[in-house]
Amino acid sequence: MSQALVIVAHGSHLNPDSSAPTHDHADTIRAVGGFDEVQTGFWKEEPSLREVLRTVESDEVFVVPLFVSEGYFTEQVIPRELRLDGWDVSDWDSDGLSADHVTLTATDVDGKRVHYCGPVGTHESMTDVIVRRAETITEDPEVGEGFGLAVVGHGTERNENSAKAIYYHADRIAEMDRFEEVQALFMDEEPEVDDVTDYFESEDVVVVPLFIADGFHTQEDIPEDMGLTDDYRTGYDVPAEVDGHRIWYAGAVGTEGLMADVILERAVEAGADVGDAVERVRERTRRTGTDAGASGAAGD
Amino acid sequence: MNDRQFEALHEAVRAEPVEFDGLHAAYDPDSGDEESAYRLATPDGEWADLSESEFRERAESNPWYVSNWYFWERHLDGRSPARRAFLRRLEAADHHTVEERYEALSGGAEAVGESDATGAEPAGMVTEWGQLRIVATLGADGTRLYHLRHHADADAPLTDLDVHTDPLDARRLTKFDDRGRYRPLKTAPSLPTGWAFTDLRAGDLLSAMDAIYPATVENWYREEAGDLDVTHWSETAERQTGIYGIIDELDREGVEWIAESCCVDSQCLKRREWQFAEGDELSADGGTGVFPCREPCSLVVAAARKWTTLEREEEREYTFHLTPSEKEQIEEIVDSVAEGEVDDIREADVYEGANRYRARFLRAKRMDDHGNLGGVPTEPDDHEEHHEDEHADHEDDEDDHDAGDDHGEDDHDAGDDHDEGDDAHETHDADASDDQ
Repeated sequence: MSQALVIVAHGSHLNPDSSAPTHDHADTIRAVGGFDEVQTGFWKEEPSLREVLRTVESDEVFVVPLFVSEGYFTEQVIPRELRLDGWDVSDWDSDGLSADHVTLTATDVDGKRVHYCGPVGTHESMTDVIVRRAETITEDPEVGEGFGLAVVGHGTERNENSAKAIYYHADRIAEMDRFEEVQALFMDEEPEVDDVTDYFESEDVVVVPLFIADGFHTQEDIPEDMGLTDDYRTGYDVPAEVDGHRIWYAGAVGTEGLMADVILERAVEAGADVGDAVERVRERTRRTGTDAGASGAAGD
Repeated sequence: MNDRQFEALHEAVRAEPVEFDGLHAAYDPDSGDEESAYRLATPDGEWADLSESEFRERAESNPWYVSNWYFWERHLDGRSPARRAFLRRLEAADHHTVEERYEALSGGAEAVGESDATGAEPAGMVTEWGQLRIVATLGADGTRLYHLRHHADADAPLTDLDVHTDPLDARRLTKFDDRGRYRPLKTAPSLPTGWAFTDLRAGDLLSAMDAIYPATVENWYREEAGDLDVTHWSETAERQTGIYGIIDELDREGVEWIAESCCVDSQCLKRREWQFAEGDELSADGGTGVFPCREPCSLVVAAARKWTTLEREEEREYTFHLTPSEKEQIEEIVDSVAEGEVDDIREADVYEGANRYRARFLRAKRMDDHGNLGGVPTEPDDHEEHHEDEHADHEDDEDDHDAGDDHGEDDHDAGDDHDEGDDAHETHDADASDDQ
């Protein structure tokens, strides 16, 4: 049986960088093999979620949402737009963090089995990507001693799952006992990322936003809110001096190469047979920081 | 034909008779005589009672038929009917014999593709697909090789183009138009020029198509097969939730304006097949594209949300004083913006209403410090009218991060307009500038 991976993501009408991580991770997975085909589909770009399944030739289709938390998109928009037959969110039986996979058909395509997976952001291996992101931005594979780490979420009062994912990973990183301090912070709710330096005693703090792509929030809002820069257009330094701390701002975690591993893990747990692709992706994305610099300017 | 191709045919024919594109081959194990169990026929002749070695000889003397069979039935094995049909179309396979196609694919005869092949390098069979020019040619042993470029570059020598072989490069190459603007709509008629893909094998061509015009092959095929699943406006609007849940408020006339403004050939190369509702056709021109548009796209939905909110406003009467030329100038400005012609207006051409200096003069004369036309505030009791900063408005709602949250908001509240087409507009010749 041939099998396809379909990575579904938000995309953007305005921001050309929004889809970049989706394509990058798709390319990584194509390069290591494991699937007969790898396709991408978007809410805002093309192929649209409505039409992506018809571009797939394989019989077994593994759909992995490149989203950071469970909620509106993973529970309503994606299943509706993919036309998943008989989708019922209770099939995931999730507490907001534990959606794994469900096997359905889709009215858009005859004779294909669609394995619809939970989002990457709530998978346990996402914790490792956040840590890898810290290694990448500090160019130190051993980073931890003397460093604080902040995991930043959008935060919203209307979706508790959004915050759940942030606390979940922050707690898991804290349990590693690798960083001096670990703190969950939010853009829109307490504890706020604006006050990042209030929450750490360590002089060095790595700040990793749990966002899929770099865009307005990660390249404009958060750098200005933290005081890394007065004007995002002029960029910011890594590290940047703020209130006696050195802030190592990592940019969206979703741009980290190891994200491809999380996508694969989701598909494997849903039954995909990918051979040694997981090991190969981990090896392939282990960077040493040479291309880990952040450019502050996100363009407009 | 090569050995592998013959062996594949031999294996196939031992299992069941082969009939494909004019090639007929059979093996009859019940004939009782291995020396005369094979049969081979093409439009050029028929040879029966062949031994295996004679069968091979006959195959070798009809190599095109064997390699053609191999390409379609073995090399493309597992390809979807849609993709297969698209590749067949690229060499007009349903209208021409293998012989005619092989000659045309080799550039040895008049190309018989969708358009004539004059000036194309390499010569082969030409198809235009949106703004793409696809040339199908023949490689070794009947393998098809495809060449891809913007149709505007048809006559450009390869040395003038940025040549690629990795189909994934197509994503990056077509993300921005020739002016460097992001193309959120893949089928906007703003495909950039200056690049080419050469010697793509079938799978790589299809990957490039996925990147440049996603799902167009599949939708074209469904339409050809008579089962394109069109989702009309009303159904699309009713399906929306979150911030888009309001678009079903838009009345029929508003939907007409959307179709007229967004879904015409100058804005999108898809041919609009969706209507207001089943049996309730819109009067706007749907376009002439080769591939259909089967439902309102995300840009139309996002724009519709903005227009839905705008259409909620009640009309008011404002009183302005303008000269006749100023009235016409405002009309020209709207027209120039709508047609995407602003950048084509020459710096010193103050005869054009949308010329920058003309617009600045109008603003200096007719707008107050708050940007109010004729000094008339938008709200009657507001003399400190604050004009909404459109850009900030975009930014506030644009959700270009991963909107994994549940508040039902995602993108900003208005899709920006489709990229204007890049049709080169003639500069008019009434250049009255006083050159020194």
